[in-house]
Amino acid sequence: MTPFVADFLIPVGKIAAVILYPMGMVVVMIWLERRVVALIQGRLGPNRVGFQGILQPVADAVKLFFKENIMQRQADKFLFNISPVLVMFSSLLAFCFVPLGEPIQIGSYTLTLWIAESPVGLLIILGLSSISVFGVIFGGWASNSKYPLMGALRSVIQVLSYEIPVGLTVLTVAFIARSMDLVEIVRRQESSGVWYGFLMPVSFVVFWISAVAETNRAPFDLPEAESELVAGYHTEYSGMKFAYFYMAEYAHMVLVSSLVVILFFGGWLPPFPSVKALSFLHAVPGFVWYLIKIMFFLYLYVWIRATFPRYRFDLLIRLVWKWLIPLSLVNFLAIALVRYLL
Amino acid sequence: MPDTTADRPELRQAADSLAGRFPEAVLSSSVEKGELAVRLRKEDLAAVLSFLKDERGFNVLDDIIVLDNIRSSGDGGKRFTVLYQLYQFPGFVRLRLAVDVGENEALDSAVPVYRSADWAEREAFDMFGVRFEGHPGLRRIYMPDEFEGHPLRKDFPLGGRDGGA
Amino acid sequence: MALKEIDLNMGPQHPSTHGVLRLKLAVDNEVVLRVVPVIGYLHRGMEKLWESLTYVQVVPLTDRLDYLAALSNNLGYVLAVEKLAGIEVPRRARYIRVVLAELQRLASHLAAVGFMANDIGAMSVLLYGFEAREDVLDIFEEYCGARLTVHGIRIGGVPHDLDGALVARIRTVIDGIPKHLADIRTLLDENRIWKGRTVGVGVIGAGDAVDYGLTGPSLRASGVPWDIRKDIPYSSYDEFDFDVPLRTNGDVYDRYFVRVEEMYQSIRIVRQALDGLPAGEISARVPRVLKVPPGEVFHTIEAPKGVLGFYVKSDGTDKPERVKMKSPSFINLQSLEHMCKGNLFSDVVGILGSLDIVLGEIDK
Repeated sequence: MTPFVADFLIPVGKIAAVILYPMGMVVVMIWLERRVVALIQGRLGPNRVGFQGILQPVADAVKLFFKENIMQRQADKFLFNISPVLVMFSSLLAFCFVPLGEPIQIGSYTLTLWIAESPVGLLIILGLSSISVFGVIFGGWASNSKYPLMGALRSVIQVLSYEIPVGLTVLTVAFIARSMDLVEIVRRQESSGVWYGFLMPVSFVVFWISAVAETNRAPFDLPEAESELVAGYHTEYSGMKFAYFYMAEYAHMVLVSSLVVILFFGGWLPPFPSVKALSFLHAVPGFVWYLIKIMFFLYLYVWIRATFPRYRFDLLIRLVWKWLIPLSLVNFLAIALVRYLL
Repeated sequence: MPDTTADRPELRQAADSLAGRFPEAVLSSSVEKGELAVRLRKEDLAAVLSFLKDERGFNVLDDIIVLDNIRSSGDGGKRFTVLYQLYQFPGFVRLRLAVDVGENEALDSAVPVYRSADWAEREAFDMFGVRFEGHPGLRRIYMPDEFEGHPLRKDFPLGGRDGGA
Repeated sequence: MALKEIDLNMGPQHPSTHGVLRLKLAVDNEVVLRVVPVIGYLHRGMEKLWESLTYVQVVPLTDRLDYLAALSNNLGYVLAVEKLAGIEVPRRARYIRVVLAELQRLASHLAAVGFMANDIGAMSVLLYGFEAREDVLDIFEEYCGARLTVHGIRIGGVPHDLDGALVARIRTVIDGIPKHLADIRTLLDENRIWKGRTVGVGVIGAGDAVDYGLTGPSLRASGVPWDIRKDIPYSSYDEFDFDVPLRTNGDVYDRYFVRVEEMYQSIRIVRQALDGLPAGEISARVPRVLKVPPGEVFHTIEAPKGVLGFYVKSDGTDKPERVKMKSPSFINLQSLEHMCKGNLFSDVVGILGSLDIVLGEIDK
């Protein structure tokens, strides 16, 4: 393998993959959400554009592309323009640290299915995904209007509050796996033979609820479905800038689903990885298992959205401060104790 | 099915007690088609309403209806007749008070007695121009604030004036 | 700390549409201080129009008042005119009117519950409710050709008869509605989020409710057992056996619950009416040109939204001298401020949905 290919082409290819993979999932999500919500509600959803409406996201993208980009005169130009970029940037950059499978041997070259592996990969991903809060604040502030500002502030409080249970539950995983490296965590799940989701169900449930709140999705979608009364932080955005917010939200969802799968459900491992009788499952490439699991969690996102009413803001804050944080603290101490004793 | 047009003793009861309490105020009372209608003197409206609500138990004001008498009043008759539709629950007695009021005169507002009169009086003002004294904010309710004229008056044309406000 | 009041406007156009209604809110840090509804965007001058039409011509226009429950409006007006003109409606026609009115109540409550849920975020409930409502509207379409502005009740009786096939179809539909209701109730009744958003929100006590003139399911949710169908029965309602659902807290949850319970009672009434449908004429003899003797009458019925009243004054001609409609939503909307005070402003939409108003009725 020539240095050119190994040192240039392959990294460039990986970068392209890191951009295309979440974007591709976003495209799938747009279609999936509308179809699944429609079917749950007893109607059909988009089924005209392309086979079963598969080309609907393309139609949406084209529509948003051609819409006029309106910006108010009093809006802060720089912040207004940069906030969609920030939100998108934080979601995409975190994907650099998300591993998609075990390294593949191609001849003498080991192709790693990630761009970077860091001993503190978990922390980095959490930190990067928190940058999106800045995008929200800037978007609300720069719009120079009461309602987006209030929506943005609410979103900030929501995201900041729910970061705490996320951090605590993620730490329990790190404790058990003795590592913050995502690849290591998956390998430990393989060697211990049980997925951490079954080992620590409380951590998983608290993490999942907090993650749904982090991504501003139903039933915690107050900042954006404020449009029932006051429109959310992306009111004043139109056209491609709005598309950025829209896609960034889905990309964030995919990121969170990936995290859940890696931390709690064995990443690219097939079910029951250490049971000899089921070793035929290993014939399916790890990436496929990974995709199946991610698709399940994305479907769960949509399912929850179609079913539950929306949380009011005070109930939302009460939930996290009265229930989730104490629960995750107790859970954390319990796991630490178990880890110390065993 | 109960005959709702029958004359029931409870109706007469309400009319008699009202006439007994306010002998000069009650100009006439009649029961037609099972409904009690009492004609009142304008000045006693507030007192009568309070009496009916507090002592006779007419706890609901269903509606305030204004009639424009321009075609039938001729000379000497007042322009508008304002009807107050009262209801006593439980007991199921209906009472209709009729008060005549001229074009430039004002009536006492029923809002201190019945809170549901608020918008009904605004509607009467908007559509007919009847003023209510003591109303906490008498202004138009259907028509735009700058509108001139009172649409439900008989002399207001059906198609509007000059093609609109 | 100084009071920081912000003025917010829920403009005439907004996603949770109950019609074109404008709400001017004053909020202090999320808590609602004042709510001033501004109406009149849908004012069509109905009452003025009615004065220039004959009694019979007015009936189809009443459909357009509460457009989600057109038959109730028809019934209210027609009963008032019949009382004034002394027209005796045959028993079979009265029973058919009851069937139609109760089916209309079902359709109206399904829409009300659906929109209430949708405003609070449970989107699927809206569609489940409308799925059930579609079945009822199909019946109306088969009966007289229209789904929404039905004009299915005329002066003197009803325009068409219910033949065996239609009766069977109605029975099938009302047998299927409890299943849809069960779906909706599974999603809402015991749901923590739903209860958190509706219990204790938008409370109005019984005394205040009566004082504000509140009527209909909203009043019965505050504990006041006032139902015109029981108190001053019309159109043979006293021949049927049904309960009037009552709740005591007067919050959004109770208003939702009362409506759901009323739907079950409506199904009960329709079954009884169909079982006991008497033979006979479906309409009294009404002259082509209906001249009503002079007089005035005020008649009320229990429409799905509340107590609907019609005041009709006749001067002896074939055109009414004055028709005034007492619209339940008009009066109910006045209590919105009382209900919203002290609540968070995210609740305003839910409270408005639980009041179940229709702007066509408010604005005439």
